[in-house]
Amino acid sequence: MEYFLQQLINGLTLGSIYGLIAIGYTMVYGIIGMINFAHGDIFMVGAFISLIVFLILMSIGVTFIPLALLIVLVVAMVVTSAYGWTVERLAYRPLRSSFRLAPLITAIGMSIFLENYVQIAQGARVKPLQPVITGGYTIMQGNGFTVQLSNIQIIIMVLTVALMAVFSWIIARTPLGRAQRACEQDRLMAGLLGVNVDRTISLTFVIGAALAAVAGLMFLLYYGVIDFYIGFVAGIKAFTAAVLGGIGSLPGAMLGGLIIGLIETFWSAYFTIEYKDVAAFSMLAIVLIFLPSGLLGKPEVEKV
Amino acid sequence: MTDAILKVEHMTMRFGGLVAIDDLSFDARRGEITALIGPNGAGKTTVFNCITGFYKPTAGMLTMTHEDGSTFLLERMDDFRITRHARVARTFQNIRLFGGMTVLENLLVAQHNKLMLASKFTIGAILGIGGYRGHEKEAVELARFWLDKAGLTARADDPAADLPYGDQRKLEIARAMCTGPKLLCLDEPAAGLNPKESDDLNKMLLGIRDEQGISILLIEHDMNVVMGISDHIVVIDYGKKISDGDPAFIRSDPKVIAAYLGVDESEAGELAS
Repeated sequence: MEYFLQQLINGLTLGSIYGLIAIGYTMVYGIIGMINFAHGDIFMVGAFISLIVFLILMSIGVTFIPLALLIVLVVAMVVTSAYGWTVERLAYRPLRSSFRLAPLITAIGMSIFLENYVQIAQGARVKPLQPVITGGYTIMQGNGFTVQLSNIQIIIMVLTVALMAVFSWIIARTPLGRAQRACEQDRLMAGLLGVNVDRTISLTFVIGAALAAVAGLMFLLYYGVIDFYIGFVAGIKAFTAAVLGGIGSLPGAMLGGLIIGLIETFWSAYFTIEYKDVAAFSMLAIVLIFLPSGLLGKPEVEKV
Repeated sequence: MTDAILKVEHMTMRFGGLVAIDDLSFDARRGEITALIGPNGAGKTTVFNCITGFYKPTAGMLTMTHEDGSTFLLERMDDFRITRHARVARTFQNIRLFGGMTVLENLLVAQHNKLMLASKFTIGAILGIGGYRGHEKEAVELARFWLDKAGLTARADDPAADLPYGDQRKLEIARAMCTGPKLLCLDEPAAGLNPKESDDLNKMLLGIRDEQGISILLIEHDMNVVMGISDHIVVIDYGKKISDGDPAFIRSDPKVIAAYLGVDESEAGELAS
């Protein structure tokens, strides 16, 4: 029981990170029907920027942790957003009216480019960060096992829930969100109603990148080590999460992220850690057989 | 005689070897309903696509003139800029509502520019500053005004796709009006409507012309609508203008009858007399 509870906490933490990345996939897919395979690497860039800003802040003597965290969060979100915007502007927009596979290919190219760029700029070795947020609470003790809820886990979950709430509200209630939903359904008509479609798409990438930056920062704080390759695996997992939850659906992405995180953690805990990815991807295959549009996705119905 | 709100001069549109529009010139006059009619495939929708920036005409000039004298060359503008600055709105032959959004949201998307500026690009909306709430209230009021005109107030919060066909047509016009146009271009608004619905549509369009003072350019096959409400009719066939005048003149023009019935002009003259 204690062991289970601990794994649940760990799984939800990991799932939150996946969920935040998955939102970027699902929003971009929703609006332009394209899988942005470079999104995982945007997440990696976000983690590196967080690390760099952290190290700079420490070297100039900002040791008050909440302040440092806030600065890192804001800077990482802004700079990573700039990356997201640039990727869209350079690699996707010129191909918008091209055939469907073209942006997919540039997305893969962009992904490889970002990985190699960070590898060259930052080196191939793993980058450690000493634990910044320490401490936690002991929830339960028994059978020689202690259930811990660390502060960093609390921060990750709370921040994820808060960001989800804010971004769901933006999509549901603000003019930007309405424009995004309108572009999802009929880009041409949205343009004719005066919506600047290109800018709306750019902002979608910016929002996705900002959330990926938060996920990158959390990953850095939680695991303490990053390298140029973390974006690949995390990106594939988050993409799986987005598909599992129903691509195009925001709550679906979050739910998918949590499920993938939980499956991985429980599988590692009770079975073999080597096969955790197999478990996660099998789950995806099984769900898609029975629910082809994902858990919360809307099935495409064509009226005749 | 009023002045022209939209002047189409020597417009030509070629698709490869096909000449869809051939040296077409006509005026849509301010405060009037101008109908563009012609047999199927005459190029009516192509004219609309050029006016709203969906196509760039191969040659010719499209000038939009506002009451204050400012002019816009539509053939040089992007589609969203035509809506925003030249203030031309359009609907399509097929219904293109945002089906997954509510009726009210459809009307709010049409006021996107205003709200986006008011929300300081979303940041103001998040923080609730900069008078955003006031602007949103205004936008909702304008939307409600048009819902009322279209008789859809009771269904404001239903998904647009759930409305019956005739109401969807009316909602499209209401949505186009929410962009605050000076010229409203309607592509077959009466297609598929029953006689009662098409009468309602006539009333709505006359209301837009008389109460709002908006000029309308209309493509329509339903002669009940065309003859009933148009102030001025332009007839095109094979991309060329064949006639231009008031409904009574068009009704008796042998060239128009010939184009519609597919007979020679001389025979048509006999038919008309």
